[in-house]
Amino acid sequence: MTTSEKYVTAAYLVVLAIVLLYVVLYSFKLSRLEREVAELTELAQRRKVA
Amino acid sequence: MTYFADVAALARKDILLELRSRDTLPAMLLFVVSALVVFHFSLPSDASETASTGLLWIALLFTALLGLGRAFTAEREQRVLDGLVLAPCDRSAIWLAKSLGVLAFLGVAEAVALPAYALFFEPVGWELVAAVLLADLGLAAVGTLLAAMAAASRARELLLPLLFLPLVIPVVVGGVGATVADDPGRYLAFLALYDLIFAILSWASFEYVVAE
Amino acid sequence: MSLRNNRAVLLAAAASVLLVAGLALALFWAPEDADQGFSQRIFYVHVPIALTAYACFGWGAWKALRLLWTRESRYDLESYTAVHMGVIFGILTLVTGSIWAKISWGVWWTWSERQLTLFLVLFLFYCAYFMLRFSVESGPRRANLSAVYALFGVALIPVSFLAIRLAENFIHPVVFTRDGPQMSGSMFFVFCVCLGAMLGLFASLYTNELTGKRLDARLRELRESLE
Repeated sequence: MTTSEKYVTAAYLVVLAIVLLYVVLYSFKLSRLEREVAELTELAQRRKVA
Repeated sequence: MTYFADVAALARKDILLELRSRDTLPAMLLFVVSALVVFHFSLPSDASETASTGLLWIALLFTALLGLGRAFTAEREQRVLDGLVLAPCDRSAIWLAKSLGVLAFLGVAEAVALPAYALFFEPVGWELVAAVLLADLGLAAVGTLLAAMAAASRARELLLPLLFLPLVIPVVVGGVGATVADDPGRYLAFLALYDLIFAILSWASFEYVVAE
Repeated sequence: MSLRNNRAVLLAAAASVLLVAGLALALFWAPEDADQGFSQRIFYVHVPIALTAYACFGWGAWKALRLLWTRESRYDLESYTAVHMGVIFGILTLVTGSIWAKISWGVWWTWSERQLTLFLVLFLFYCAYFMLRFSVESGPRRANLSAVYALFGVALIPVSFLAIRLAENFIHPVVFTRDGPQMSGSMFFVFCVCLGAMLGLFASLYTNELTGKRLDARLRELRESLE
């Protein structure tokens, strides 16, 4: 690969990396949301029983 | 026209307060002269005229920041701003009055800074004076709005420079350009454009900044 | 699945297709530039990302205006998300621009590249936006302050551009020049596909981000009502 080809690929890869990083961070957020929904469902169940 | 009567009353209050307490203005004057002295030591001996012009503008910017940082402290400490906002005057009148006050302070500071600059570095031409006057308008307009924003935050003095500096980069460009370029008219016109756009924007949006 | 969910999935699918197609076209199909050779292909990512960043800030300012107009709090979240996306695309613009500068002229940064300098100023400005948001309690006050600041940002874009152009006369002589896009037809086509792809990416990320933030807020309310 010539130098310029390397740099162009690097630029494209940076874009890809940032987007994938966003996906990773977002999955963290989603799992946190899932946990919260589970907790709140439990709270609601307990409320209903009481 | 009660609007301008309100503005005059508020502006008079600020200036009277300053004349009695005498804390902000002497600090600004001392700061700008000290800054110029520091710049003398920070410039290598073969520095061009352009470099010292740039440093003058930096000194003016930071002097403005110093003054602006105090613009709303009195109101905040005495909870006067809530009272002002509740008063039956247009909120933008508060902005106009404050800006005029800041403008006055800046004017006095520059009346000291420019002769000092002429003494320490090199003579001051009409373009520099015109640029400084035009720049003052923009700095006062934008700075007053941003000072009100910063006053509403927890960070206050920390936040104001962060908000202020990116927004006034065009003022620095206009000011330095008017001083060193062959065609100062273009830069002075640009400063006037900046003043117009941001004064209108600040005037119109101030009420949203102080509203609860 | 509600209509909103469908829309989000469709957006994401469309964005993915456009992005893959655009990048593939840019790397393989687009004609080679006579002057710059292969390195010109960065243009197909760099400029669409820059334009998308402007679109983000513009969208954020529009939502800010709507907030000040109607005082509906949902616009605050929308404006904030748009600015957030704008900063991300802004970082990407600076990085890809820097790489392009390195290939073209061998330096990682140059002040004579107007677009990059403008982006740096805007980047600083919108980073301060986040500082502002972090230091004010959440509520209508913070929403108003953020909205006014976002509007100032959009006003700053043309003024800064003009300033940078004027500054060139006395700051640095314009040493590096690069031909603007005098693109041939096929180049322009690839550019448009990539632009659509980046805008689609923004739209998709924006929708997802907004949904996530809204879910956050609703869960918090739910928690408060249960505890």
